[in-house]
Amino acid sequence: MSDVAAPHYRELGLTDYEYGLIVEGLGREPREVELAMLSLMWSEHCGYKHSKKLLKRLPSKGAHVLLGPGDNSGAVDVGDNLAVAFKVESHNHPSAVEPFQGAATGVGGILRDIFAVGARPIASLDSLRFGDVGESAHSRYLLEQSVAGIGHYGNSIGVPTVGGEIYFEPSYEHNCLINAMAVGLASRDRLISSAAAGVGNDVVLIGARTGRDGIGGASVLASAEFGEDDANKRPTVQIGDPFAEKKVMECCLELLDRDLIVALQDCGAAGLTSATSEMISKGGVGLDLQLDKVPLRENDMEPFEVMVSESQERMVCVVEPRLLDQVLAVCEHWEAPAVVIGKITDTGDYRILRSGELIGEIPVPLLVDGCPVYDLAPEPPSAPLYRGEPARLAADASPAETLKTLIASANIASRAPVFEQYDPVVQSRTVRRPGQADAAVLALPVLDADSGAAGKPIPGIAITMDGNGLRAAVDPRLGATEAVYEGVANLICAGAEPLGLTNCLNYGNPEKPNMAWQLSEGIEGMRQGCIDLDVPVVSGNVSLYNESPDGPILPTPVVGIVGRLPDVRYAGSSSFAAAGAGAQIALVGELHPVRAGSQLAKLQGEAPVGELPAKDLELVCATFALVRDGVRDGVFATAHDIAEGGIAVALAELCIGDVAAGAGLIGARVELPAGLDPFGEDLGAAFLAAGDGDAIAALAATAKAPLQVIGEVGGERLLIEGLLELDVAGLAAANADGLARLLR
Amino acid sequence: MKFGVITFPGTCDDTDAQLAVGRVGEAVPLWHQDRDLQGVDAVIVPGGFSYGDYLRAGAIARFAPVMSSVIEFANAGGFVLGICNGFQILCEAGLLPGALLPNTSLRFVFRQVNVEVSDPNTPFTRNCPPRLSLPVKHMSGRYYSPEPVQVVLRYAAGENPNGSQDDIAGVINGAGNVLGLMPHPEHAVDALTGSADGLTIFESIRAAVGDRVATGTGEGQ
Repeated sequence: MSDVAAPHYRELGLTDYEYGLIVEGLGREPREVELAMLSLMWSEHCGYKHSKKLLKRLPSKGAHVLLGPGDNSGAVDVGDNLAVAFKVESHNHPSAVEPFQGAATGVGGILRDIFAVGARPIASLDSLRFGDVGESAHSRYLLEQSVAGIGHYGNSIGVPTVGGEIYFEPSYEHNCLINAMAVGLASRDRLISSAAAGVGNDVVLIGARTGRDGIGGASVLASAEFGEDDANKRPTVQIGDPFAEKKVMECCLELLDRDLIVALQDCGAAGLTSATSEMISKGGVGLDLQLDKVPLRENDMEPFEVMVSESQERMVCVVEPRLLDQVLAVCEHWEAPAVVIGKITDTGDYRILRSGELIGEIPVPLLVDGCPVYDLAPEPPSAPLYRGEPARLAADASPAETLKTLIASANIASRAPVFEQYDPVVQSRTVRRPGQADAAVLALPVLDADSGAAGKPIPGIAITMDGNGLRAAVDPRLGATEAVYEGVANLICAGAEPLGLTNCLNYGNPEKPNMAWQLSEGIEGMRQGCIDLDVPVVSGNVSLYNESPDGPILPTPVVGIVGRLPDVRYAGSSSFAAAGAGAQIALVGELHPVRAGSQLAKLQGEAPVGELPAKDLELVCATFALVRDGVRDGVFATAHDIAEGGIAVALAELCIGDVAAGAGLIGARVELPAGLDPFGEDLGAAFLAAGDGDAIAALAATAKAPLQVIGEVGGERLLIEGLLELDVAGLAAANADGLARLLR
Repeated sequence: MKFGVITFPGTCDDTDAQLAVGRVGEAVPLWHQDRDLQGVDAVIVPGGFSYGDYLRAGAIARFAPVMSSVIEFANAGGFVLGICNGFQILCEAGLLPGALLPNTSLRFVFRQVNVEVSDPNTPFTRNCPPRLSLPVKHMSGRYYSPEPVQVVLRYAAGENPNGSQDDIAGVINGAGNVLGLMPHPEHAVDALTGSADGLTIFESIRAAVGDRVATGTGEGQ
């Protein structure tokens, strides 16, 4: 019976202890197919064995939450019987090995999570991290290829890419981060569970044939550090086919529209094994899977290969036999291949049959919940983990020189060269595209000639993704809190109120005490930010083992936040041009800018160390309320929060505006309050602009947050009294060229 | 009036086109396997990635059953508008001259561009202002034709996003009833989403159909 040599399970990522649990649970040694399935379900990627305990600390309840962690995707109530589903997922390790397909299938995978709950994907965003693209040809290659891959998938499948963020730090050189987020829309009552139900029901596999691609991706790639032989791991990366997924997506959405299926689940990491076992586990049932019914690309595939293949564009659904013919007809209409591969049973076992012979049998609880969860052994580092980079800006550079360098630096330069490779407008909902506001804004109702008639509001959602590895390196806890604050600030500037948050926690090897410390501090910090600002975590993903022989990545907690705004016609813009010449510029909120982990410190060659400023929660909330209401009421056409690069960079960005759309380029004259470091960074304050000075004065009189008029929009130069004066056209050119020159 | 809007597998901008024409008339969805054009007054071949565009863009869609009906409809004088992938399909189907080559950047490009109406006397542009702000979004939009062609739309000076010959953004057939363009008028029908200039193209078609009805010069369906 012992046909599996002991070391084999170690190759599959299982420890001796875990293997012992498997033997105990089965009452015998596992067969090959069983071991393959168990090793994947018990991998970090699927089993979250090092993060599960910590993740439970995140707040997941909220008045608007419809689906929370544990479902294919979270979902929130946005009113009018509509639900918005959203989730972020990492595809870091595959993208580091094969950036085009890795990034493309990252998008494809997260889109499947969205339509698996019955929502039509209406937007996607991406948070990306690469090494120093100015210095590294490898990082430029990864950037170019992963951006092309994201565009290839998103553009072809007809889901707009409406936002995201990109940063470059040397620690990501051999371990880039590709975090893809998708957002979907459904009527509330159409959200569907993945829980299988109904003994005797058919299990139908829809979509692509199963091949040898992505065998062991989750365990081999996503649950171990990078080593020297990573080129050999290329076969573990999957290949994406957006055309196939488009057909599968339309097919699944029609099946749901017509109420023809009981449950739906996508095949993601660990393929068929994970998809089906999670469905039957949630439903408390068993499954008899007929292995020879699974359509294959290659006929000689081993049973374990079929069970763990991560071939893309496949969905599993549960169907009542009486509706099977109708289901198959819908699949045929959309040219999405579909076959019955098994039946729901009451055995509580996952049984695999081939030509009538039983070749695998695992109790479902052992497979899905048997994976042990570990306590981390966190320990703060005794010395800084990250070094500074070579200085690119002299310590005595003038403020004008400093601003010009910052605005052209890879981390702050215009993202247009990337965003213009994505379609942000398909589906006709996009009211604010990348570069036009701090958050993407989408209309919820279909826009037609009657939209907004007679002053009727047009409700919408705002979406953002944020994370700042440098700040999290300075202080893993406060840095994670800041990610939440920054994301919420972005929504607020668009005029939206946050409803829910999804996160992607990108960290190093949790089995190392310092990395465990970063992870546990990060989760604690995120918890605090979510509680502070009342944003529940509805979904998320953890990516660990982000290390290479050069060391770990910066701790990178990324958040994706969705909010609602009552009327998209009053969505804020992040350019002074939106308010127009003559508009008054106001600074709202209180800042305590510091250089620790700032973009300036990076350019000056300093390591990300020091202290982050504490937040005055009451003041931040009052500031956010003022900005949100001022934007919603139409007082402020312009709102932009102060973040990376600090005050001077925020002002420059407001002057530059949305160059891509030909709107922007307007000067400003401001006088900053005394004692504010124009290049230090803090969160919780914003610049606003309004044409109606009286309205600002009225707001200032009643506001619970500090609001002061500090200048006026107009002219062709940015003048910060006593600090600098620069031609806006020159700043815009430098900003536009900063990233573009690296991508030529 | 009725605008037929074709959906191939992989078409992405079909619902956008239906919404756009719905502002000036009635949208009638047409499926790639149906030969029946359901009595529509004009046909829109919308954008997207028909059949994945894994071969040459539009090369497979031209063989769809619906396209033989569209060719008959066009040859009888019916108005046909091909947008982006639809333009590529119309070229592949021989309804328009020339071809769309990969962008000179070899990258997908999205950009809001200004487009100049170089011929305001067509059924598609009669209601258009001289300059339209429209988005482009494509991988293969570089128009090329070895023969002289009738140019209706050109990218404004310095705004050519794909390297197309003579800044060509849209061309019309000799009979003046089939137009193909790379920019997306259906994504420019509401100032809220960036521009409403594209609406004038659909309004032009409606007016042209109205004239035909008034003068009794049918397109012979």
